[in-house]
Parts: sequence; C-alpha cells; structure tokens
Amino acid sequence: MSNPSRRTEFWAGVRDTFPLIVGAIPFGVIFGALGVNSGLSPATTMSMSLFVFAGSAQFIAAGLVAQGISLPFIILTTFVVNLRHALYGATLAPHVRHLSQKWLLPLGFWLTDETFAVVVARYNRSDDSSLYKHWYHLGSSIAMYGNWQLCTLIGLIAGQSLQGIENLGLDFAMIVTFIGLIVPVVKTRPILVSVIVAGAVSILAYPLENKIGLIIAALCGVIAGVIAETYLPQPKTVLDQERAA
Amino acid sequence: MNEVILIVGMVAATFLVRYPVLALLGKVSMPEPVLRALRYVPPAVLTAIIVPEVLMPGGQIKIANNAYLIAAIVAMLISWRTKSLLLTIILGMATLWLWYAIVGI
Repeated sequence: MSNPSRRTEFWAGVRDTFPLIVGAIPFGVIFGALGVNSGLSPATTMSMSLFVFAGSAQFIAAGLVAQGISLPFIILTTFVVNLRHALYGATLAPHVRHLSQKWLLPLGFWLTDETFAVVVARYNRSDDSSLYKHWYHLGSSIAMYGNWQLCTLIGLIAGQSLQGIENLGLDFAMIVTFIGLIVPVVKTRPILVSVIVAGAVSILAYPLENKIGLIIAALCGVIAGVIAETYLPQPKTVLDQERAA
Repeated sequence: MNEVILIVGMVAATFLVRYPVLALLGKVSMPEPVLRALRYVPPAVLTAIIVPEVLMPGGQIKIANNAYLIAAIVAMLISWRTKSLLLTIILGMATLWLWYAIVGI
C-alpha cells in the first residue's frame, strides 16, 4: 500500500476531525460564557480550557462552582468524570508504544473523546502500514485543542450578550456528534448488545454521586459485549478479519 | 474559592488519568482477551455519556414531549442511512430547532 508522508497524515487527522470540531464549537462557546457567569474569573475560565482541556469535566466543575460546592469535591468529581480516559489510554497504548515521551506527553494531555474516536479508527485500519499514524493523531489533537481555545475565548468575550444561550439546546450538538460516531460502528450483534447495556446502566446508575454512573455503565457495556461475543453465534469478528489481513 | 488550586487540582485529576495509562500500558504486552474487550470501549463510553442527557434532560426520565429524544432518533436514522457525521450533526440540530419552533421549548 501507499505510504503517506508525515504532512499528509497530519492534515488527514485535521480533516477527519473537522465534523467533530463543528459539534464542539457550541460546547466551547457555551463553556466560555457559562464559566464567567458561574462566578469564575475570566482568567480561570480560560486557564481551564488551556491547561485542563476536558470539556465535560470543565462544564461540571463550572456548575459545581456556581452551586458553591467545596474544592476537594470538585477535583474528585473531575477525576471520576475523566476516568473514561483511562479506558481510551488502554485502547490506544498498543498503538503508541513505539513513541518517545516527547510524543506521549502531549498526546496524553490532548486526549479527548473526539480525538480518541477519530484516531482509534485510523490506528485500527489495517489496510495500510503507514509509519506516521501518530502524525494523524497529532493533527486531530491540535485541531481539537486550537478550536477549544478559540471557542472558549469567543464565549468569554461574548459573555453577557449570550445570556439565555443555554436555552437554545446548543449542548445537543455534542449529543448528535456522539450519535454520528456510535451508529456507524454498531456493525455486529455484540456491539449492539454492548451499546444497549451501556445505555440502560447509564440510566440506572445516573443518581450515583460524582457521575460515577458513567464509568460503571461503560464497564458494563464492555463486559456485555465480550459476553455476547463469546455466546452469540456470529460471523468472523473484525479482529479476526484484521488478523487474517 | 482559591481558583489557582482549583485549576492545579483539575489539571492533576485530568492529566494523571490520561497520560500514565496511554504511555505505560504499551510497555507491557496485553493479553488478547483484554485487547478484544477494549474494542467495545468507544461505543460503550460514548453511549453512556449521551443516553442520560437524551432520556433524562432534567434529571428525571422524560419520554413524552422530549425534543432531545425526537431529534436523537432522527439523528440515529440519518447516521444509519448516510454514515455522514457532518450530516448527522447538521440535520440533528435542525430537527431540534424545528421542534422548538413548532412545539416550543
């Protein structure tokens, strides 16, 4: 197969992340606007996007600050909300094991739901042996990061004039983005089982503290998928096909 | 509230989840069943994030007159038929706003 250059991979990563950027724009702008409205200083709001760079955790933290929740509880909640990134890291680890710390530090810092979803598809494509798939990963990461900073800044500046913006349903953009990522990968019955179980448990476990229901639901979904794969009769899995390739 | 401590704490609570697993787990070779299980991570996590947002908009389960649920179902159909992420986002949002315009928020 062809062997794309570093530059080609980088820009392919940026390009494939574009739809996710569209979905993240309203989210970032609302965060900027809500951050200041929840009582954080503009500098703290911007610093959160620059140094924490974790959309859902930032939203939840801003919400907790507005409610006057204590600092240790906010940090603990951030940790729990971010636990899914450990699953992402475990999934990507075999693909980035050859990289130096110079690569792993920034790629680790820039890990998001969106970049993970785009990049894992690229790494799993076994139809080419590109040496520079990590450049694709870098392109996706930088595109998401740059967009997040820009959107937070716009939200911060627009701040007051955007009051009532939360009633426009803009947070729905993230939901449709994720739907567009999930549906195309539900190609086998075990994945369907996994998704249904994850969704059902996420509702049942929703009342639990610190949003821990999210990680419980995700783990139940993964386990259900594995069980279904073991017991449901089905054609060759994607993994087998890749191994054969 | 000390906002500097807030940021430092959140940076730690984020980076220390993301980086170590990504960087260190690749050094040990993972058994095949684990690799197989990890394939279920992306759809399972994303589903667990959005299902409560769609079905429990105010923290309570809401099926009737739920604009998010209607638009989510439309988005699923569009994604299933077209496989296009951009179309799913645009038409999903358009459905929500159409609902808001006709039925109200």
